[in-house]
Amino acid sequence: MDTKHLIGLEKISISDINEIIDTGFIFRDILERPIKRVPVLTGKNIVNLFFENSTRTKISFELAEKRLSADVTNFSASSSSVKKGESLKDTIQNIHSMKMDCVVMRHPVPGSCYQLTNYVDSVVVNAGDGTHEHPTQALLDMMSIKEKFGKIKNLNVGIVGDILHSRVALSNIFGLVKAGAKVKVCGPPHLIQKNIEDLGVSVTYDVDNLIEWADVVNVLRIQKERMGVGIIPSIREYRDFFGITADRLAKHKKEIVIMHPGPINRGVEIDSSVADGDQAIILDQVLNGVAIRMSVLYLLLGNNELEK
Amino acid sequence: MNLKNNFRRIEGFILLKNGRVYDPYMNCNKELDILIENDRIVEVEKQISIKKNYNVIECKGYIITNGFVDLHVHFREPGFEFKETILTGARSAFSGGYTRVCTMPNTNPVIDSPELINCIVQESMKTPIYIHPIGAITKGQKGLELSEIGKMVSQGAVAISDDGLPVQNSQIMRYALEYSQKFDIPVINHAEDLSLVNSGLMHEGDVSLRLGLTGNPDIAESSMVFRDLSIAEYVGGKIHIPHVSSKKSVEVIKEFKSRGINVTAEVSPHHLSFSDDILLDYDTNAKVAPPIRSKIDQRSLIDAVKDGVIDCIATDHAPHSLEDKEKDFENASCGMIGLESAFGLVNMTLSKAKLDLESIIDLFTINPSRIFNIKQNTIKAGNKAEINVLNPDLHWVFKNSDIYSKSSNSPIVGRKLKGQVIVTINKGYITS
Repeated sequence: MDTKHLIGLEKISISDINEIIDTGFIFRDILERPIKRVPVLTGKNIVNLFFENSTRTKISFELAEKRLSADVTNFSASSSSVKKGESLKDTIQNIHSMKMDCVVMRHPVPGSCYQLTNYVDSVVVNAGDGTHEHPTQALLDMMSIKEKFGKIKNLNVGIVGDILHSRVALSNIFGLVKAGAKVKVCGPPHLIQKNIEDLGVSVTYDVDNLIEWADVVNVLRIQKERMGVGIIPSIREYRDFFGITADRLAKHKKEIVIMHPGPINRGVEIDSSVADGDQAIILDQVLNGVAIRMSVLYLLLGNNELEK
Repeated sequence: MNLKNNFRRIEGFILLKNGRVYDPYMNCNKELDILIENDRIVEVEKQISIKKNYNVIECKGYIITNGFVDLHVHFREPGFEFKETILTGARSAFSGGYTRVCTMPNTNPVIDSPELINCIVQESMKTPIYIHPIGAITKGQKGLELSEIGKMVSQGAVAISDDGLPVQNSQIMRYALEYSQKFDIPVINHAEDLSLVNSGLMHEGDVSLRLGLTGNPDIAESSMVFRDLSIAEYVGGKIHIPHVSSKKSVEVIKEFKSRGINVTAEVSPHHLSFSDDILLDYDTNAKVAPPIRSKIDQRSLIDAVKDGVIDCIATDHAPHSLEDKEKDFENASCGMIGLESAFGLVNMTLSKAKLDLESIIDLFTINPSRIFNIKQNTIKAGNKAEINVLNPDLHWVFKNSDIYSKSSNSPIVGRKLKGQVIVTINKGYITS
């Protein structure tokens, strides 16, 4: 791997992305074994630094770290302490003094993980920085697509939801476009960046058009806090115009693959029956999430050869 | 960063020898020697012969001109003395060639009464520069009730502004533009529609898209400029637009100027010299309000300066402590210091854009002083010496050690500049 840190998919090369995904499949196989632990990061110290609530990403990273035999420390600070203006630098230097090999950080403000690289010598892995990037999520999404289709290049990948506020969307766009997929985003017009086409994607406001076109659709979670503040008028209106409903999917002849980064708002952006149905690969994504995080940490931190 | 004073009293004679004197107030642009005794100019002649007790400063290749005037600085005293005081701000100004600055009222307490205006004026007496305070338009900068504008003007206020808190209520803006006509002072409104700013952290464009930072669109500024100029066109009054940042605002100002409205405008060295890609590595020192915009906007600002749509340079010198800036991008304070680097940066940008040196100097002297009706001491025997010696062609790298402000929040540190202030003389002081 060329990159020293994993801050985002915008800044890393396609060969790094491919290496992470390919190694992810090796770890995926290991996760199917009866004994799932490998000793490749023995003696490495990793701190999970979460300045924002997270259950799934945090558990996924923690599991990945433990299966690689790393020593894991968790540090959770509420967003309120960030708001209070507690210096990011102070928190981080404290942690740095404890001689961590790697910092996995989630932070509500874009750029924080990049800034962190200025303050510490440790390897930095971005576990989501505000509305910027969530690279491991996009990598696991890409891995799941590759698992399903055997390739990413030339596939039609749709992303539907609140694109404007979604780090999952942005990382997916950077990664998928690099991998040669065609990407189309869909959502309420005011929740899509005005100039998003500059990133090499197309835009539609018509979710039926998206479903008709796509091989796979990644359905974003609608943040409840955007409801009722005049941005999304109501759940039922959102569902009518952008929801991935069973009725809507039934209208289309081609059966497309449905993805969701979770946690799911059942009955809002996606119907329960769709999320649990055959078209969805949502639970594969969860397992691939552990594998891809093992892959990322191993490639950034490991110096032992991996037994294939 | 320097913690010591950078000025000393002049005792005896100083002879500025072989420089070219450019004083636009006097219509003078030729090689002349200048003899100064203590705080006054005693002689301005073609050749002044050197005497033993003269302290001679060789000025061959240098320009001798008026002290610079900055219509927009933040000196943070009272209330935020850990960022800057009137004395450290004055030090910073003096080292950048400024002999006069206008201080914004966003201190704690807000400068919204004649007593507070007087405090600033009194405090400035201890410094080597003249300080012309700007009073708040509304009490406490709250945007609700007009301050005692007349009484503030009597104590030395040269303009009114609510600074970083734009007057959102259009009727208050109308009152301010109407009432201020009685005192013949400009109204300055930080032109941003805060609803459209929408907590934007940088210019909305292709860089914000990639960085995932909330965008502040150019129309947040231009729509407010349009509102303010529409009111000024309707009721009269003098209006001055601070730190213009966008092409769209330039177009609005140009249109209203052509219709004969009494509007003037300033641009900051950073808006003129940088574009939003300065933020590609999330440098909080380049986080400013209004934000640094696109290359197209930057080009338009340069053209606007050359065409006279923008009248002058103002630094918006905004000191912040390290703690205020070493934060995540959202929580870091807005603003950068600018007094020490202003001339070098602007001269570099505008000389590259083929603007002549005299016009560049005017942007720092005669143009701003006319906007606020500030009377500078011109370069003439018998006058008080208020003089700058510039080396316009010197290429140099701006370093932390060039900073005399109490704060060092500048993305310009480490960058190449063109043109340096060699010596500044004012109020009987000389830079040392």
